[in-house]
Amino acid sequence: MKEARYGDFEYEGRGHPEVRDYVQIAVALCVVIALELTVYYLLAPVALVVPLLGIFAAIKFFIIGSWFMHLRFDSRIFRRLFLSGLVLAVSVFLATLLMFVLATPPPRT
Amino acid sequence: MSAHVPAVPEAHEHHTSTGLSNNKIAIWAFLGSECLFFGSLISTYILYHNQTNGGPTAAETYNIPFTAIVSFVLVLSSMTAALGLLALQKGDHKAFRAWIAATALLGMIFIGGQAFEFTHLYEEGFTIQTSPLASSFFVLTGFHGGHVTVGILMLLGLLAMSLLGRLPQEDAHRAELVILYWGFVDIVWVIIFTVVYLIPTLGRG
Amino acid sequence: MVSTTLPVRKPRYLRRTAKTGLWSWVVTVDHKRIGMLYGATAFLFFLVGGIEAELIRLQLARPNGHVVSADAYNTLFTMHGLTMIFLVVMPMGVALMNYIVPLQIGARDVAFPRLNAFSYWVFLFGGLFLYSSFLLGGAPNGGWFGYAPLSTGDFLPGDGMTFYSLGLQMLGIASLAGAVNFIVTIINMRAPGMTFMRMPLFTWMSLVTSFLLLFAMPVIAVALFEMMFDRVFGADFFNVAAGGDPLLWQHLFWLFGHPEVYIMILPAMGIVSDVIPTFSGKPLFGYPAIVFAGIAIGFMGWGVWAHHMFAAGLGPVANSAFTLSTMMIAVPTGVKIFNWLGTMWGGSLRFKTPMLFAIGFVMMFVVGGLSGVTHAVVPSDYEQTDTYYVVAHFHYVLFGGSIFGLFAGLYYWWPKFFGHMLNETIGKLHFWVMLIGFNLTFAPMHILGLQGMPRRIYTYPGNMGWNIPNFVETIGALIIAASILVFIANVVLSRRREARAELDPWDARTLEWLTPNPPPEHNFDEIPLVRHRDELWHRKYAPTPEGVPTRIIAGGERTAADAPAHEAHGIHLPSGSYMPVMAAIGLPVTAYGLLFFPPLIGLGLLIILTGFFGWVLEPQTVEEGY
Ligand code: HEM
Ligand SMILES: [Cu+2]
Repeated sequence: MKEARYGDFEYEGRGHPEVRDYVQIAVALCVVIALELTVYYLLAPVALVVPLLGIFAAIKFFIIGSWFMHLRFDSRIFRRLFLSGLVLAVSVFLATLLMFVLATPPPRT
Repeated sequence: MSAHVPAVPEAHEHHTSTGLSNNKIAIWAFLGSECLFFGSLISTYILYHNQTNGGPTAAETYNIPFTAIVSFVLVLSSMTAALGLLALQKGDHKAFRAWIAATALLGMIFIGGQAFEFTHLYEEGFTIQTSPLASSFFVLTGFHGGHVTVGILMLLGLLAMSLLGRLPQEDAHRAELVILYWGFVDIVWVIIFTVVYLIPTLGRG
Repeated sequence: MVSTTLPVRKPRYLRRTAKTGLWSWVVTVDHKRIGMLYGATAFLFFLVGGIEAELIRLQLARPNGHVVSADAYNTLFTMHGLTMIFLVVMPMGVALMNYIVPLQIGARDVAFPRLNAFSYWVFLFGGLFLYSSFLLGGAPNGGWFGYAPLSTGDFLPGDGMTFYSLGLQMLGIASLAGAVNFIVTIINMRAPGMTFMRMPLFTWMSLVTSFLLLFAMPVIAVALFEMMFDRVFGADFFNVAAGGDPLLWQHLFWLFGHPEVYIMILPAMGIVSDVIPTFSGKPLFGYPAIVFAGIAIGFMGWGVWAHHMFAAGLGPVANSAFTLSTMMIAVPTGVKIFNWLGTMWGGSLRFKTPMLFAIGFVMMFVVGGLSGVTHAVVPSDYEQTDTYYVVAHFHYVLFGGSIFGLFAGLYYWWPKFFGHMLNETIGKLHFWVMLIGFNLTFAPMHILGLQGMPRRIYTYPGNMGWNIPNFVETIGALIIAASILVFIANVVLSRRREARAELDPWDARTLEWLTPNPPPEHNFDEIPLVRHRDELWHRKYAPTPEGVPTRIIAGGERTAADAPAHEAHGIHLPSGSYMPVMAAIGLPVTAYGLLFFPPLIGLGLLIILTGFFGWVLEPQTVEEGY
């Protein structure tokens, strides 16, 4: 059995971000928000903007999780715990919302 | 009788089955659970995003520039939180306290902004009783705000512990709990910003 | 190196701990004592829920009954369901988890002892809060699944369903805290060598159950919050006139509700999987299969919720998909049944009381599982839904399943808890009376349901052909009540008459029996080193050269003999704390505030906050506080 001391600062021996990394990450996030706003205000077709906004949100989600919450440096047990909740939530709620769509009868003509 | 291991798990026990801290496993499990909590609230909102009950629509209601500023504030606070943890891990208690105080302050700005937004909406006649849309808006963003508030209280708790000398460097994993929670609250806001504010108000010109 | 001479200074924190007396139970953070508290509380609620059931059955014994009014009847079946599910089966499982899991994995306590105490107190206060509704203007009366729009203020004014939303919310918080605690405990507090694939099945199923709780509780929490905001603050979540959709409630409720039924059955399955090998003198047949079946049930339990909503008009696509997934979930369930049978097959069976209950569990659960499959099929479910057939189904799985399984666990571990056995003769009497009473009560419900008797009607006319089965059911219910009296008599008489239990009274296989009965506060003097699945058995038996297992003298017995010699020297256990109770009290105060008197909300939150801050800031042990 592994005898790592968890007081140790190295996350799972995979190093850790430095001050500079954190600042760069924050800048990157701000850039993404700026991009979101640009797309929101400037691009016209909704069919294009919605997926773009979704992608931007996913990018921000991913960056915060992997850097500020340092999942990419930490034990994969944590990643799995979190992802199991996340994946479960996404799947069951997509299914639920889909059922609301399916359950709505087509308009009668 | 040989080597008696102390049994107080949180304080002294450094040897666990996985070598990981109990606290961190707990917080990640809890955050996994929170995904379903906010998942339910967000799905409710999506389901009701057009149910205005004759009241104001989403597009008529939200103030996007204002929310965008709030988003920047929250991103910044995640950074200061992460920097605070880093400082504590390196044993720099002064920097730790400064960053944590900054984080709490940014959090309070966020809450202040939300209070302002809510009162404004109430004055405009968009209240929790107006429509399913309004109910789900207030309950979703309200619970997020509640999480931020709990986070602020925990940050202040960290600050108190640090000032009392009860948060030594090797207990950084206790502070990490709060930092991870804070990061999650920011993540939820990322989704709320897009799903609640941006998409439903698209193309209002 | 034990530092016994501490400088005598005024403690910075008022700890007020105690080792004996009432106060010691209030501040306890010992998983064994908390387990006992859970068990005792759950049993008291079991009696209350049982009385409600008997009233229901008396009312239905004859057509046009008038034992209770229609209104009272609504309250009775609602509170009966809520009680049995949230205040009996779940906490009784948690009671056993609390006591047994740390012992089974060779730990000295759970990962977060104070959080554990907090869970118990929140559970207790949540239950009392729910029952206080009887005195404060009406108990919940909208069914245990509280369907909207019936449960909205328009249709059920009064405070009953508000009590429901707030009370269940508290119970959910207790369960969530417990789930996190047990997940961490089982992942992280195992003794050296206790790999996952060596863990006893009860521990395994507790882990799966905890994950189900972890992910199911937040969903019901949101549903309950939405209901609460509707009822207290006039929100429109389920207000149809304003565009709210009652189906949303159904989805959220059953998204929680189906995992919930596995939350109730998996601990019982774990118990049975530990009991059957012990009394068959064989290792569990197909250990990996039964573990993976348990995990598979945990996963698939998330993909079947809409089978409770077949009649709600979800459309053919959804109905077909959920029929398929529901039928599929019967497969891992069936795997487990065959594993239990395979374990008994060719074993040297000893029909002690725990074994009888375990076998009763398997048989009754098969009946309930089969009727479950029959209403996985949509057309036949249209016949059965909301009839007594469904009532029969879930009583076969919940009573015949969970309750029989829990009794197996109680009889099996009783010597562990109290140091003496339960009387075998009375125990067997209890089993047979209960088995007969149970089947008399619930088997006829299948027929009544297929004949069209709806559930939740407070009376029925005499010309429907339902009279005889109903009368038989009431007789059965009285027989069940008698069996519970037999159990209570057993507890009382055994306490006086039964001799001290031997160290390992059942010739068991798992680590909890390595400790004395009852175990000392620190459980193990030395944390055992685990080398095998069924570690205890391997410490007791070794194969002869011909491969026949024979009993050897080994470490198993030693622990108890030595125990008094070196009590807790050098083992620091966390001291008791009243912070968990304090934080827990804040919750009902807040809830009463929401119902009756808003200023209480602030007070309640303040209490919670104080409790938590005290909790975080107080040292783990009294010694550190000096
Ligand atoms: C073989 C596995 C099972 C299958 C296929 C199954 C299937 C079903 C279906 C389709 C229903 C909905 C019937 C209706 O309302 O029309 C149902 C109801 C129910 N089942 Fe099961 N079930 C299974 C196992 C269990 C277990 C293990 C439990 C609990 C320990 C359980 C507890 C319940 C309860 C409480 C209800 C009724 C809820 C209510 O309407 O109040 N079931 N089951
Ligand atoms: Cu189900």
